[in-house]
Amino acid sequence: MTTVNLTMAVVLGGLYAAGFYLLLQRSLMRVLLGIVVLGHGANLLLQLAGGARAGRPPMLGESPLSEMSDPFPQAMALTAIVITFALTTFLLALAYRGWVLLGHDEVQDDVEDRRIRRLESRLAEEGVEEAERELESEATR
Amino acid sequence: MLVLVAAHLFAALVLPAASRRHTRVAFAVAALLPTAALCWALAHTAPALAGRPPEESVVWSAPLSLEFAFRLDALALTMTLLVSGVGALVLLYSGRYFEPGGGDAARSAPLLLAFAGVMLGLVWSDDLLAIYVFWELTTICSFLLVGQSGVSRSSRRASLQALLVTALGGLVMLLGFIVLGEAGGTYRVSELAQQPPTGAPAAVATGLILVGVFTKSAQLPFHNWLPAAMVAPTPISTYLHAASMVKAGVFLLARLAPVLGEVGFLPATTAVFGIATMLVGGWRALREYDLKLLLAYGTVSQLGFLTVLAGAATPLGALSVAAMLLAHGLFKATLFLVVGTVDHQTGSRDLRELSGVAGRLPLVTTVAVLAALSMAGLPPTVGFVAKEAAFETFLGGEGGFLVGIGLVLGSVLTVAYSARLLWGGFAGKPGVPTSTASAAPVGLWLPAAVTACGGLVLGIAYPVIDVLAAGYAEQTFGHPAEYHLALWHGFTPPLWFSVLTLLGGLTLFLLNDRVLGLRELLPARLPDAQRGYERVMGGLERLAVGVTGRVQVGSLPTYLAIILLTVLLVPGMVMAFRDTPVEQLRGWDKVLQVPLALVILIAAAGVVRATRRMTAVLLVGVIGYGIGGMFVVGGGPDLALAQFLVETLTLVAFVLVLRRLPARFTETASSPGVQLPKVLLSVAGGVFVAFSALVFSSARDTPSVVSQEYLRRAEEEASATNVVNAIIVDFRAFDTVGEISVLAVAATGVASLVLTARSARRRRRRPADRTSTPAASAGSVTGGSDPEVAE
Repeated sequence: MTTVNLTMAVVLGGLYAAGFYLLLQRSLMRVLLGIVVLGHGANLLLQLAGGARAGRPPMLGESPLSEMSDPFPQAMALTAIVITFALTTFLLALAYRGWVLLGHDEVQDDVEDRRIRRLESRLAEEGVEEAERELESEATR
Repeated sequence: MLVLVAAHLFAALVLPAASRRHTRVAFAVAALLPTAALCWALAHTAPALAGRPPEESVVWSAPLSLEFAFRLDALALTMTLLVSGVGALVLLYSGRYFEPGGGDAARSAPLLLAFAGVMLGLVWSDDLLAIYVFWELTTICSFLLVGQSGVSRSSRRASLQALLVTALGGLVMLLGFIVLGEAGGTYRVSELAQQPPTGAPAAVATGLILVGVFTKSAQLPFHNWLPAAMVAPTPISTYLHAASMVKAGVFLLARLAPVLGEVGFLPATTAVFGIATMLVGGWRALREYDLKLLLAYGTVSQLGFLTVLAGAATPLGALSVAAMLLAHGLFKATLFLVVGTVDHQTGSRDLRELSGVAGRLPLVTTVAVLAALSMAGLPPTVGFVAKEAAFETFLGGEGGFLVGIGLVLGSVLTVAYSARLLWGGFAGKPGVPTSTASAAPVGLWLPAAVTACGGLVLGIAYPVIDVLAAGYAEQTFGHPAEYHLALWHGFTPPLWFSVLTLLGGLTLFLLNDRVLGLRELLPARLPDAQRGYERVMGGLERLAVGVTGRVQVGSLPTYLAIILLTVLLVPGMVMAFRDTPVEQLRGWDKVLQVPLALVILIAAAGVVRATRRMTAVLLVGVIGYGIGGMFVVGGGPDLALAQFLVETLTLVAFVLVLRRLPARFTETASSPGVQLPKVLLSVAGGVFVAFSALVFSSARDTPSVVSQEYLRRAEEEASATNVVNAIIVDFRAFDTVGEISVLAVAATGVASLVLTARSARRRRRRPADRTSTPAASAGSVTGGSDPEVAE
């Protein structure tokens, strides 16, 4: 009985979908929440990787060995939980710092990259001569 | 030999200390080293020509069989005369030419010396890879010397063009070297010459090496970097772009002639490109008004000549290329130095402005006439001797008559631009005011006089140069050429062609203005190599902008979406199309999982839709506690404990930060056109994870051995009944230490970020503290009180 059951598969899918969606947003806080949700999903997946036997806690003497759940993935998941926590607080501090400095917590497009894109679209519109002058001026700014 | 090369480079390292303050002394000291190299080479003339060349080899990486192998044979000796002889003279000349104490002088002295050193290494090398290393070092020296301080745009562009073109050729050449070396089993040129590789590898290598040769020696269609490099100070143009560096390509061709001589297409290719270069260069030289550019195109033309000779791969061709290398080095160096002197003394090198210079600078003019005679190929100069040999190579009945005609045409142009140079630089012109010029100091005419006289003396003492050139021909092809260099061979075809060349050249010079008028009739947009280069560079830049603009859009969501899409497309597709059975499907293992799952899913949906920050954070908390519940049900009480604790702490941290942020998500509303792909992508990602969880967990068929062992040994080895606990603090304790360090690092990061924010805020507020209540700002994420603020 190692296969994950359907309920759990649906929960995992739901958590990951929500996490991905939040990750794709522009508000830094929602991105952060997305990471937290993804972390939850990942930790759950780790624990489920042990397979579902009778699901007794891996405590010796409490129940027969054959009924115990796999301790190894649990140990991994435990580590993962703590690391997720460290990551979350650090990102939270970063987001806070960003907010203090910028006055908003929106992930904006990179300014330099936007300039290159503008240059590219201008180059596509103009003739070769202007384009070369444009490139020259950009290169020597 | 290595010592001499290394001494050049070492002195070049030390020289900058002196070259700014004592410019002339620095140049004079620098000239000592090439002189020493020249003397050393001359002292070894006898063995070098007798076929017992001095050799030296320094292995610097035995496992890779990389070595500096040096060898002074007849060809290397010929080149050494140019590299070190002209090098020493140019350095002496530079001492007078550059402004004392100027930046150009301080920069040029060590660089010129370093260049002399690497050039020496290049001509002495017997190892293909060492040749390549020195080859690229000369390119770099050329870049630095042409670019100078990099202040003017033209010098930046010219140096970049020289660098790009020659370095590109060098890389292609390296490929050729590797093909050659691997096919021949050795990288030693002298060993390859014993057993030249044949067949396809040799042909491929020849093609690749020719690209390097053509770029370095400025052959069509790569020739334009050479005239562009004329923005460099004249001594540098003299040394690099007339006498030595540009000859590296021809030298390499001559060096590899015994290796590549069997390749069928070599003579034809070099003949076609060489003659085209010769004609185009000569034609352009007749059009230029700047004396230096005139000479530069003349150099291009002569390099074409040399390429044809070096590619001929016959003993006679070898003889004439050695003679011509020397002759060209001598007369072209002289003329460049003379033009530099004229420029230095009159302040102009435009032949429309110069007039009557001959009367002002008689000595310099004499020197120039001597060199120009050699360039035009008139007796009794070495230029004549070499050109006769060249004509004999193709017109003396050994075949290649068409090539010979091409060379004659090119030489007609040479005569014409030689005359144009003399007339333009020194003659008095009606209607142009006579140029004012003070007498040239000794340092500015003596070096030129030495090279000019060298050309004359070697022409009269032609047996000397015959010994040298014949030595190269014999060492290369195993038997000497039957022809010998001489001023007089009798009334042979080459002599008649020489007369024809002279008459044709002078006629062309006299009719030049009319021919220039004819040029108007040519189509306006002839293919122009310079424009081609600029097109390529412009296209490259536009391509870079296009690719960057499209690929690097600068938007974080886009990048993440691309990563996610890749995950879906690559592993996702594989999983979808592989037959992966999922066994033992069942709804749930314990009934309790269902309500917990519902809670988690509802909360997740809520988080996605939430517009208030606090709502979202609390819902994430619900998810966390739900997961904790799952852990309890799934038999992981320790996990659940950690999960509950961590979730609580996370919530607290979030709430502390949220106090300072606006209540709602401040986000620019994005259009549905952007939202829908995000939704689709996320759902697809979720489905992918759920499906892969099923597939992967179903694929496992044996219980984990590691887990079994943990369960078995926990009690006896760790005295623990809680196995998870035993794993964390005992079996895998080092993991836990690492984990704790991560926590510590994160905590440090958080503290520093938050404290920086706080102190910055305090600094901003301090001026206003008089009226406001500072205590309001106290306390923050860390929750500590701040005595300074609460004063």
